[in-house]
Amino acid sequence: MLVFTIRRIIQAIPVIFGVSILVFLMMHLVPGDPAQVIAGEAASQQTIDQIRERLGLNDPIPMQYLQFVTNAIQGDIGTSIRTGQPVADEVFSRFWVTLELTVYSMILSTFIGLIAGIISAVRHYTVTDVVVMIIALFGLSMPNFWLGLMLIQFFSINLGIFPVSGWGTPEQIVLPVIALGTAGAAIIARMTRSSMLEVIGQDYIRTARAKGVKERIVIYKHALKNAMIPVVTVIGLEFGTLLTGAVLTETVFSINGLGRFVVESITARDFPAVQGSVLVIALIFILVNLLVDLSYRFLNKRIDLN
Amino acid sequence: MSNDADVLQIQDLQTSFFVDDGEVKAVDGVSLDIPKGKTVGIVGESGSGKSITSMSVMRLIRNPGRIKGGSIHYNGEDLLQKTEKQMQKIRGNKISMIFQEPMTSLNPVYTIGQQISEVIQIHQGLSKKDALSKSVEMLELVGIPSPKDRVKQYPHELSGGMRQRVMIAIALACNPELLIADEPTTALDVTIQAQILDLINELRRSLGMSVILITHDLGVVAETCDYVAVMYAGKVVEYADVHTLFKEPKHPYTVGLMNSLPRHDMDQDELNVIEGNVPKPGEMPEGCRFAPRCPFASDICTNELPDLMETEDGNQVRCWIYSEKWDGDPEVNVKNDYQTARSQ
Amino acid sequence: MTTKLLEVNNLKQYFPIKGGVFGRTVNHVKAVDDVSFYVNEGETLSIVGESGCGKSTTGRAVLRLDEPTNGNIQFNGENLLDLNKKEMRKKRKDMQIIFQDPYASINPRQTVRQVLEEAMAIQDAVPKSERVDKMMELLDTVGLGSHQLDRFPHEFSGGQRQRVGIARALAVDPTFIICDESVSALDVSIQAQVLNLLKNLQQQYNLTYLFIAHDLGVVRHISDRVAVMYLGKIVEIGEKKEIFDNPKHPYTKSLLSAIPVPDPSHKQERIVLKGDVPSPIDPPSGCRFHTRCPFATDKCRDEKPELRKTETMTGTHEAACHYIEDIEAGRHKAAE
Repeated sequence: MLVFTIRRIIQAIPVIFGVSILVFLMMHLVPGDPAQVIAGEAASQQTIDQIRERLGLNDPIPMQYLQFVTNAIQGDIGTSIRTGQPVADEVFSRFWVTLELTVYSMILSTFIGLIAGIISAVRHYTVTDVVVMIIALFGLSMPNFWLGLMLIQFFSINLGIFPVSGWGTPEQIVLPVIALGTAGAAIIARMTRSSMLEVIGQDYIRTARAKGVKERIVIYKHALKNAMIPVVTVIGLEFGTLLTGAVLTETVFSINGLGRFVVESITARDFPAVQGSVLVIALIFILVNLLVDLSYRFLNKRIDLN
Repeated sequence: MSNDADVLQIQDLQTSFFVDDGEVKAVDGVSLDIPKGKTVGIVGESGSGKSITSMSVMRLIRNPGRIKGGSIHYNGEDLLQKTEKQMQKIRGNKISMIFQEPMTSLNPVYTIGQQISEVIQIHQGLSKKDALSKSVEMLELVGIPSPKDRVKQYPHELSGGMRQRVMIAIALACNPELLIADEPTTALDVTIQAQILDLINELRRSLGMSVILITHDLGVVAETCDYVAVMYAGKVVEYADVHTLFKEPKHPYTVGLMNSLPRHDMDQDELNVIEGNVPKPGEMPEGCRFAPRCPFASDICTNELPDLMETEDGNQVRCWIYSEKWDGDPEVNVKNDYQTARSQ
Repeated sequence: MTTKLLEVNNLKQYFPIKGGVFGRTVNHVKAVDDVSFYVNEGETLSIVGESGCGKSTTGRAVLRLDEPTNGNIQFNGENLLDLNKKEMRKKRKDMQIIFQDPYASINPRQTVRQVLEEAMAIQDAVPKSERVDKMMELLDTVGLGSHQLDRFPHEFSGGQRQRVGIARALAVDPTFIICDESVSALDVSIQAQVLNLLKNLQQQYNLTYLFIAHDLGVVRHISDRVAVMYLGKIVEIGEKKEIFDNPKHPYTKSLLSAIPVPDPSHKQERIVLKGDVPSPIDPPSGCRFHTRCPFATDKCRDEKPELRKTETMTGTHEAACHYIEDIEAGRHKAAE
């Protein structure tokens, strides 16, 4: 287990490097001169030169990258052009809000998705199965910003149950979490269903029944643990989708989180801020995937050290 | 109709699968008695309905399959009339089953010990600790070395032969009266097969249980069974004690099957094969199911389905040749004339 | 005068095992370890053994479907391992393989016509104008009937699919065919049909077979000579009659005695082997069979036995055991 963990961590290093290169190149891949883009169309040559100097854009690109990485390791991911504050501070002050939103949505997705998936699989070919899967298809097809707007229209404006915007109080949390978590719940439901169906057809389920095990225990003890293996992957991947989905949800509900910060930074051509935020999001994504891989080992004893 | 000498009496069992194309009669009127303490083999090729028969006894037929009719009497009670809850008390307790695929028949995420203990806890109400020590005893009984360590292992850490031994340990943990072994050695190598068959035989004798052995391998049947039912296309075509079956097979299918078998202990120039293929479920012949492939088939065979008839020696065969209605060559001897009839 | 069509010398096939933190090669699965044999033109050599003995790996290595670790494979006097990829592909026109599971080895979306067309086109074995005629002829030859040309694999039964597989192999007029458990998945009555077909085709086209199987009944029926493998080594090889009626290696003997005979009055002395086949990662020293052999001694543990012939063996019969003569003369007895 330890060797496995260490190997997974070591394997993550090249990925982190790859991500850092991509994030770094982002600025240079934008057509035209980054300094010109940051300064805007109407800026004077002097302003552009100043920006260029401040961002170190005059150095050769490999040098710039080296500087970028060295700084990042020390926790310095640049200074926001818009606010003049270190990007790291800006990101971390907003990060917890986004993390909360994502984690709550994820809990919601997982909970609803698993239950719906299991019910669907156990009642395979019945009306329940069809209804659950149609609902799941709807959930999957609705963009989260649109669902957010509909929820606001119905629950906040028409019924006045929940507030329109903001984050912090329990009432404020409900709608954004539903808006963001629905698609994930649908995906997890579908995945759980197909995985459960596959597992239920396995020989060892037949063995369990032949042993005289009650059907309920066959499902929850013998089938579910095996069916969870692919579902966990989806849940892990879903975390990434939720993080990016948070960008739109935060905008719709005016939540001052990382997502909205990124959107605002893009609009304001605040390159260091975008770069820093993307880097942080990417690192979290890698971390979550690492955790997913490790949880495999726990679920599936067959993944050997080899 | 109850007979003390039989542990199980299957009467006119019908199990069908209802698929898009219609009804597939996988088991179509099977009647079979299992004498106490004996091993009865059910032989047949894929699609003959031999496995579905055994799954029907366990009442483990799942959607879209359904047991349509008949009765299965176990100790005087009809299993087909029991509730699911009553069946759960019988499965793994009074009637146990082992399957063809030892590699996939054990749950990969639970230890061997947990999987044996479960059946003991369910049916004998032992505590977790007692069930585990009983599991160790069971592993010892089925000949697994260092059972104390093995109970902590997961299925993937064991070889195929070892896993089949574990399956046997699970099946026998509650001292069943009847063991159904569905192709228990098909997936195993011959030297391991020999070990497993010896083990089943030995345990049957020492525990006094009855065994239904489902197999396609006539060699396995000859070595382990007391009685044999040969199945073809959902029906029993011949039922006999093992010596009679091999010495004087009566049904043309049984003879064809034996002739098709390449022998390792003698030289054969050409195999006297059965021509053609097993009929597809939707295209069952009207008369005898085997008629289209039978070298002896005459008019009556293609038009009328024969019953399972009692022969002089007390065995059973489903073939017009042995009836008064037979309209072909009256002197025909199925076993001796098979090759000549085939080449005509 | 018989000529050797295929001659394999000192074939080794090691598969690396990765492990540790950095995924280095920590060990090897010695699937085939120094195996030599030959197949004469027009004959059938069978390789038998239990799962994991290396019989299928040997077949794959001969066709270079897996690149062999070491050895020499002479086909028609040419060393196959010297050929580059393109030349090897050309060679496969003469060397075909028929697998166990015909369904898995035929594209389910192709009709029989497309399957055969593709086989012919890849090797350019048959001129385009003659292909359809040839296909019809092939289907008749394998007993499917030319009217089945435009059917899909799922419309056939297992036995018929295997006939399609045979037709595909024959489509390029090969001289040599490897049958890798080709009849193992079939029901007995269908298996017999396919075996008869393979035998007839061999006579008709003077084919040479390397027949890989675990069923000794099938092997006895189809072979001229037989090689018995255990844990990556050939332990005994020779004419069929010798192997079945005069086996010398304790493993061959126990293998033969383990097969149930379809005759309830036949009571044979069964040599039941203890335990399982050891891992090919770390095979036993000396004779690989010594851990399960009832006759094993210290010598068996220390010294590797070579294939050799004794006075009581005829033809090309050879076995790799230190104690052939002693066991025969009753001087060396099985341990209790």
